[in-house]
Amino acid sequence: MKKLLLALGITAAATLAPLTQAATYTIDTKGAHAFVQFKIQHLGYSWLLGRFNTFEGEFEYDAAAPEKSEIEVTIDTASIDSNHAERDKHLKGSDFLNVSKFPKSTFKSTGFKSTGDGEGVISGDFTLHGVTKNISFPVKLIGEGKDPWGGYRAGFEGKTTLKLADYGIDYNLGPASTHVEIELHIEGIRQ
Amino acid sequence: MTQLRNTPQAYGWISIGFHWLMALTIFGLFGLGLYMVELTYYDAWYKGSLDLHKGVGILLALAWFARLSWRFSNPRPQDLGDKAWEHTIAHLVHIVLYVLLLALFVSGYLISTADGRSIDVFGWFEVPASLMMDNQEDIAGVIHWGLAWSLMVLVALHAMAAVKHHLFDKDRTLVRMLKPTTLDR
Repeated sequence: MKKLLLALGITAAATLAPLTQAATYTIDTKGAHAFVQFKIQHLGYSWLLGRFNTFEGEFEYDAAAPEKSEIEVTIDTASIDSNHAERDKHLKGSDFLNVSKFPKSTFKSTGFKSTGDGEGVISGDFTLHGVTKNISFPVKLIGEGKDPWGGYRAGFEGKTTLKLADYGIDYNLGPASTHVEIELHIEGIRQ
Repeated sequence: MTQLRNTPQAYGWISIGFHWLMALTIFGLFGLGLYMVELTYYDAWYKGSLDLHKGVGILLALAWFARLSWRFSNPRPQDLGDKAWEHTIAHLVHIVLYVLLLALFVSGYLISTADGRSIDVFGWFEVPASLMMDNQEDIAGVIHWGLAWSLMVLVALHAMAAVKHHLFDKDRTLVRMLKPTTLDR
């Protein structure tokens, strides 16, 4: 009987293990189901939108244990795209991102606090323009499930506002344009 | 004094006009180029300086083609002085000046058209984009900057050589680029 219980226990542990262990997801940049967008005011009269075209990352996520969530994203700063080559050239130069000196921007999570069903606040070290700061911002699960091609996917969105001067970017764009909104829309494929 | 075409001894007014008009324009564009990239967002000329640089640059490119056509359809005034190596170097510098200018036009054009936008020349006409590669605006930008400085170094050499001809060789090299004269000075 003891043996049987032990065997059952092992079987149960083996079957349940994948359900409680956080799974690793690779952000689907290959299929471009992930976007790093930014938004900044132009003179206070309109919004200027742009994005970073090249980045990669992974996250750990398990619906049963959301507090174990982790994410790491690396952005290629030279891939900034505001749909205007002359402006992008300026943004990549020393007045702004200085991409030859700071080619990467990274976010590495240090903690996650669940605030409800599929929602939470993630904190982590964000590096931009050579300056690293610990920031926190809300994230939200958009959905998860099987995809039609035999894989399993989960997608999130997160949004935060950065003060450019905090990261040593002090070019004067006017009083309405001191902060930039960053939006992360990512879909991960479970490994 | 109304000699428009070149002769085997002298430059005509058209060649002289091309030379000095393009020289002034090139200095202007170089200065403007260095100045405009330092302007900040709230400078009134932040936008205008760029439009001017691009518009004048395209017109200079057209003048470059016109000048070359004129050069090949006119007699070339003979070299002054008797040192063959000086003539060789002078001609080489002339060729490189032309080539550097052409490369400057191409690289400048590639910066502004990297995203498919055309270059507007003072609202008169537009030059459409053609090539659109990855990081084109950055690569072309670095090349444009390097070429501009190289051109200025070569222009200095060219000008010093002309002054040397005038002051030390005491020939008509400089004077004949100022007026179509065949007289000895």
